[in-house]
This record gives sequence, C-alpha cells and structure tokens, in this order.
Amino acid sequence: MRFVARVLVRPKAEVRDPQGEAVLAALRSLGHDVAEVRTGKEIVVTFEARDENAARETADRMGDQLLANPVIESYAVEVERETARAR
Amino acid sequence: MTRVAILRYPGTWSERDFAHALSLIPGVESEVQWHEDTNLRGFDAAIVPGGFSYGDYLRAGAIAKLSPGTKELRRFASEGGAILGSCNGFQILCEAGLLPGALIRNADLAYRSDWVRIRVESDRTPFTNGLRGAVLRMPIGNGEGCWVADPETNARVEAAGQVAFRYVDERGVATAAANPNGSLGNIAGVTNETGNVLGLMPHPERCVEALLGGTDGYRMLGNLAGARHGTAPALYR
Repeated sequence: MRFVARVLVRPKAEVRDPQGEAVLAALRSLGHDVAEVRTGKEIVVTFEARDENAARETADRMGDQLLANPVIESYAVEVERETARAR
Repeated sequence: MTRVAILRYPGTWSERDFAHALSLIPGVESEVQWHEDTNLRGFDAAIVPGGFSYGDYLRAGAIAKLSPGTKELRRFASEGGAILGSCNGFQILCEAGLLPGALIRNADLAYRSDWVRIRVESDRTPFTNGLRGAVLRMPIGNGEGCWVADPETNARVEAAGQVAFRYVDERGVATAAANPNGSLGNIAGVTNETGNVLGLMPHPERCVEALLGGTDGYRMLGNLAGARHGTAPALYR
C-alpha cells in the first residue's frame, strides 16, 4: 500500500537560523509582537510500504541518509496512508 | 609530473578556472573528470571546484555527496590522496563527511562577492606547505559560507589543528568585521584529521595572475608541484 511521509526538517536549536531572524524582523515591522521565528522545510514523500511501521522506518532512513544533515538539522516524520486528502 | 584530477558535477562552474590555474604551474598537469566517470587511480591530487552542484537543491552539496565521483573521492581520501575543495566543493566535502562541520546561509543572508584576507593556520596540508602564518588575499562568491559545527566538534577541530584558514583584517587579526559570513571562530577552511583533505570557501583559482587582481592563489596551488618534487615552483621560491 502507499504511504505519505511528511518529513519536517528544522535547524537544530543551537544552530543560528538567519532566515528565521529575517522573518522575525519582517513580522515585527508589521507590528506583530513576535519573540522568535525558526524556519525549516517540509518534504513530502509518497512510496510503497508493507505497513505503517515499515513506512516510518523507511522515512527515517531517508532522513538520516539525505533529507537532513545531522550536523545542523533535526527532523521529525509523520506517516499516513495515502488518501486523496493526504495527497 | 604531478597529476591532478578536477571533478565536474552537474552545475559545477569553476573547473575550467582551476584547469587554467594549474596550467600555469610548472610540473603540474590536470584533467577535468565528469563525476560519473571519475577515476583517481594514478593521480596525485583531486580538486572539487565551486559552482552550484545539482542546483544546491535540498542543501548545498547534499545530492552531490551521493554521486559516484564522491564515492571515488572517499576511496582516494582513505588512501591518503590530497583533496582540495573550494566553495561548493567545500560544501560537498562537508556533506560527504570527508570534512567536519557544515556550511549554512551567511549570517546577513547576503550573497557575498568580495575579496577577503585569510590567515593560514595549518601547514599540515599538501596545499599550505610553508605558508603557516601567511595572510592570503582571495575572492569569495557564496551565499552559504558560514561554517558551523556542534560545540564538541568545533572544540575538537580547534584542538586538533584542523582549522586551515581564518578570515582576518588587514592587520592579520581575526575580527568580527573581517568575517564575511558569521563562521564560527572566523573559520574559512578546515582539514580532516589526517590533513590530506582540505576545504575552504575562497577561490584560490581566481587569483593566480596579476591580471586577476592577485596571485595568492598561486602560492597555495603552486604547492601541488612542490608537494611531489620537494621544491616550490621557481616563480615563488
């Protein structure tokens, strides 16, 4: 069956996020009282897997091997069966 | 003859500049190799030039690290081969785990195209023989040149003498103002533990002739001849 994995990649807490800082300044310029902004990216991967656990393991491997750089980033994975909505 | 291979990935753009620079060095011959056909057997050194390999998609160097050429670089490095990565080449070597740390977006978010001064901190590399303490003036052109590492890695790199270059001002002092991108410790380049792999953000290949505004790149690359023959090229002896 097909699964959709949402891999959320974020800069680690101790790594500076200049994009987040720029967005923070821009939001403040709009009058928003913002304390902090951190940016990241979402990578959506659709693939075949035996079951949800297998899909999660595969997505974790993708995160370790390529999607995140462990030196500067962490990632979280959300997995669900592919449906019209998830797509 | 010292034989140098110059790798070309899709999006690499400095390979011809490196080939030209190396053509000026007596006793050095070079060959540009497509990353899918890279074979470093019989070569003395490999260069990973700058550019935008794979369009910098995902992260700079992230996709190039999976290429057959990078696999060959790993083998070459493990056998003690000399490898130099500049700009995107530095990013690729970090992504591939051949060098410590990572390069992230410049602190001020700007693409920096400028001349910088870097102080040579280590002469334990085949490219910096006899240059320790020298201040070299070189061009940079990058948007993701900010070197970072976790505190443990950073401390290890500093303690082990793996810092190869630091950004400095005209007095040779590593000030915040002299740091073009926010790199930890003003670091412009690092080596691996054994010193045979070196990466830096500046472009030595773009300053090898007075016509280009400087010749300090030749002082570095000229070592490629010296490393093999035991002497510096006559021009800079």
